[in-house]
Amino acid sequence: MNKKVYSYWFLIPIGLVYVVIFIVPTFISFFFSMTRWTLVEWDYIGFRNFTTFFSEIQMVTSLRNTIVYALTTSGLKTVFGLLLGAFLCSSLNLRTRSFLRSMIFFPTLLSTLAVGIAFKSLFHPTKGLINSAIGLLGLKGPDWLGNVSLALGSVIFVDLWKGVGMATVIYIAGIMAIDPQYYEALQIDGGGWWHKFRYITLPLCRPAMNSVIILSFITGLRTFDLIWVMTNGGPGFTTDVLASVIYKQYSNGYYGLATAGNVVMLLLVALLAFPLFWWLNRKEAIL
Amino acid sequence: MNKKVKKLVIEIVAVILVLAIFGIPFYYIVINSFKTRAGAAQMSLGFPEEFAAVENYETAITTQNYMVATGFLNSVIITLGTVVLLILVCSMGGFILQRRRSKLTTFANFLSLVGLMIPPAIVPTIRVLQTIGVFKSLFGMVLVAAALQIPFTLMLYRAFMSTIPKEIDEAALIDGCGRLRHFFMIIFPLLKPVTATVTVLAAVNVFNDFVNPLYFLPGAKNVTVQLTMYNFYGKFASSWNLLMANVVLISLPPLLLFIFFSKRIVSGMVSGAIKG
Repeated sequence: MNKKVYSYWFLIPIGLVYVVIFIVPTFISFFFSMTRWTLVEWDYIGFRNFTTFFSEIQMVTSLRNTIVYALTTSGLKTVFGLLLGAFLCSSLNLRTRSFLRSMIFFPTLLSTLAVGIAFKSLFHPTKGLINSAIGLLGLKGPDWLGNVSLALGSVIFVDLWKGVGMATVIYIAGIMAIDPQYYEALQIDGGGWWHKFRYITLPLCRPAMNSVIILSFITGLRTFDLIWVMTNGGPGFTTDVLASVIYKQYSNGYYGLATAGNVVMLLLVALLAFPLFWWLNRKEAIL
Repeated sequence: MNKKVKKLVIEIVAVILVLAIFGIPFYYIVINSFKTRAGAAQMSLGFPEEFAAVENYETAITTQNYMVATGFLNSVIITLGTVVLLILVCSMGGFILQRRRSKLTTFANFLSLVGLMIPPAIVPTIRVLQTIGVFKSLFGMVLVAAALQIPFTLMLYRAFMSTIPKEIDEAALIDGCGRLRHFFMIIFPLLKPVTATVTVLAAVNVFNDFVNPLYFLPGAKNVTVQLTMYNFYGKFASSWNLLMANVVLISLPPLLLFIFFSKRIVSGMVSGAIKG
């Protein structure tokens, strides 16, 4: 039965595409990260790319920014997604529920580039809508993308705007899967909305929450396009992340260094995301 | 009565907040794509004093020798190619990987899971594409786009495959149905729901992708819509009316897909996320 119907031949197309285009490059990246590389020729230089990487302030900053970015976007999406999801699933019987859900979800489907360009205009320091609104209050808004200490935060805000819809629908699916009997039992015992949220929704939407955390954390570590279109890593290199540094090295022709950056990113995912994944799953199993 | 009023107030506040946060940027983009250059430069929400909608969209499409139109064509080709390739390889692969338990399938499942997390190695991928002679070609782009979406798509197919009873395979075997015919005539049609989900999700992802074309399709030939928008953004940085018209044009296909297939998109994204 096994060999006759479930033939390994069926795995050849997928194996070929996946191994040649994804697995092989991943493996050879470890080697080429230790070379000076022109794509045609290479010189083996040991760990020198990595020492360069960790000794230049731009790259150390990018490493820090990557972690900050991944942690904050993931944390914010986890919290706001939960609040929105719980609100949309609440017993309020909202008449506008599907309208609200669609409004929150639609930015997920826009291209990052389109969102970035639109917000670049909204964030304009003198004429942008956000600072005009602040101006109505008689205050002067800052230069959101040009100010060294604000720029990364502004991009994180846009990331949240674009990505919270995804987190919300994951939470909605998780909350919908909770047995309504729990809520009924609590209602009989006289619990209010806070008790419902704290003692039923929050613990039982754990699988959904774990998905949101992991998904947004990994996307955060790999982020590139939003930062690239909104700040180009600037001002200076204060909003550079790993992926944007890799792109900059690549476009300057430092292929070995760019590949080393790639390896650093891979290790970062392996060292942060895999343990996080394991830890969250274990906690889920205990519950 | 009191409770009803409270509910109504909460709902009205929620609608206003959501409209302010998500609706205003949307409205802002659309209304400014209708204004003249000077009008859009004011960056306001105001109604256009002078309409230039037709001119803006015409310029956005025809400028630089129909760059945006060419980009649309290329993006559609890449999107279609990727979707077809993905469906073909992942449905076949998912069938075997879900049905058969062996060391090889366990290892393959592990490899695909790893691919969900780790980032692609960019320059080595370019080197591989050069070696097989497809770098800077639409076909090479299709290969990369498909390879990067294989882990997620395979997961969807594998999960759905477990809902199809194995008895069907046995019956087909007894009837003397060959394995290709068995898969393509019997199993594949049963996968229709997940194939539809995969189609919509992959189409949106590939169409919206900016990073991969930036690396794997450099140069003026074969540009995708996202790349044309990026060039456009560099060239017309102060013509916000044209930029916004471009943003609207490029956002239309995914939004149309969303209007027609919103349930499919949401359920697909969610099922992948929760099982993953």
